[in-house]
Amino acid sequence: MIEFDNVSKRYPDGHEALSQVSFALDAGEMAFLTGHSGAGKSTLLKLIMLMERPSGGQLLVNGKSLSRLHKSQIPYYRRRVGVVFQNHQLLFDRSVFDNVALPMQVSGAERRDIERRVRAALDKVGLLSKEKLNPVQLSGGEQQRIGIARAVVHTPRILLADEPTGNLDPELSAEIMTLFEDFRNVGVSVLVATHDIALILAMDERVLTLNQGRLSEAARLAQA
Amino acid sequence: MRKPNSTLAAQPVRRSGAVESRSGWRSRLRAYVHSHRQNARESFQRMVDEPLQSVMTMLVVAIALALPAMLYVGVSSLQQLSGSWDSSAQMTLFLNKGAKDKAIKSLIARLESNTELAEIHYISPGQALDALQDSAGFGEALTLLDENPLPPVLLVVPIGEIEADVPRVEQLVKTLAMEPLVDDVQLDMKWLQRMQQILDIGRQITVLLGGALSLGVLLVVGNTIRLAIESRREEILVVKLVGGTNGFVRRPFLYTGLWYGVCGGLIAWLGVVLGQLWLGTTVTRLAALYQSDFALKSLGLDGMLVLIAFGGILGLVGAGLAVGRHIAQLEP
Repeated sequence: MIEFDNVSKRYPDGHEALSQVSFALDAGEMAFLTGHSGAGKSTLLKLIMLMERPSGGQLLVNGKSLSRLHKSQIPYYRRRVGVVFQNHQLLFDRSVFDNVALPMQVSGAERRDIERRVRAALDKVGLLSKEKLNPVQLSGGEQQRIGIARAVVHTPRILLADEPTGNLDPELSAEIMTLFEDFRNVGVSVLVATHDIALILAMDERVLTLNQGRLSEAARLAQA
Repeated sequence: MRKPNSTLAAQPVRRSGAVESRSGWRSRLRAYVHSHRQNARESFQRMVDEPLQSVMTMLVVAIALALPAMLYVGVSSLQQLSGSWDSSAQMTLFLNKGAKDKAIKSLIARLESNTELAEIHYISPGQALDALQDSAGFGEALTLLDENPLPPVLLVVPIGEIEADVPRVEQLVKTLAMEPLVDDVQLDMKWLQRMQQILDIGRQITVLLGGALSLGVLLVVGNTIRLAIESRREEILVVKLVGGTNGFVRRPFLYTGLWYGVCGGLIAWLGVVLGQLWLGTTVTRLAALYQSDFALKSLGLDGMLVLIAFGGILGLVGAGLAVGRHIAQLEP
């Protein structure tokens, strides 16, 4: 589903965030992306989101090179990717429901469809009773879960998460991870950037480690 | 948190992905129309939520539209006035005051044989005085006069062919002025031509002013929209990240511009109508003094629709210019 082939990213200021990264993530596969801060985790996710373009190498998604994607096609591409942002990126001028509905609204879904799926997504993250509230009224952990509901509401084929458990207690973190696994189990490619080692240890998944822009894949930590 | 049993994770992933491929064009259209309605409503709500800012923008639009509209009303009212004389090159022949009836009669006979004249009306000093007494409130003053100060007058109208032919009309004026009994010839057309020219200038000023102020509206709406885009920067970035097209992001701002224009047009119409009511009575009274049923042309329903449509178009274009430049640049 996602294939990095010798991908490098050098920013205009000369800093090389990623150098010659290669890995592949299949449909229905889940992986953790780890590494110290500044190791290039966010850059890697941004490349998949087309927020940044690689300065070298090939990035293929669903067999197609992203560099061939025309600018006008980017929105349609992004609709097949769900992202959980580190800082939630919620909109505080509208209700929880409307925040989660956003990815469906932009793709021109029908209201009935939107309502059904938004409620299903909120139900999954346990916030169905709070759909009418403003995200401001919710705790950090709850806001994070709204972000997750928004990332999955349109059943994306790729799910990216940048420190999705940053604000959550261990119990809630584990539940979120179970949720991600559910998606993995129905064929979604899930890539979770985190430096929550305890969490990684608790899950038996692939671990990709970035170190100063270089990627290495350890044997599964849980097995080691 | 519940265990997965809902529609989300439970359904198999479709090979073709995304929601949109599933729904037919009919439901897409329905969703599209709904989205437009929602955008229009939300944009309006946003304006209501910031009344001061919105009203100021609308007033600027309204003033910019009302000024040329008022000028237009004025010019076309005068046009209407001159229109009633439009085709006539009527001349007024003032005769010597002491002219004898007999001499006048023979003059009329002579003029009647002139092939260039179509109509001849004689107004005796007595008739003129009566008319004057009846009108314009001079009655009282006129009784104080010892004798009738008015000269006998002949109104003559040239035949249709030469009416529009200024040199021939002027030649005719010269011929008529040579008649010994004729004291003075006044050509009403001259007056009319002058008025036509003034009206032409008025029309040009209306167009010029309208153009300049329209440009002003574009800039004002454009700037307001630009500020709105700036203040909703975060939102735009998020919308783009979840797959919102530039068109989707633009839409609410275009509606905002449209609303500014439409509301501005409506206010402009109200302003012009109120101005007419206020000026109208004065103008009518003044016109009555001059024996005219002249009244300001009213800016009716047509005018309202034109102002609203024009305002709407200006608002839309102004917003379009702003979003075209700024939204494509905003990339996450």
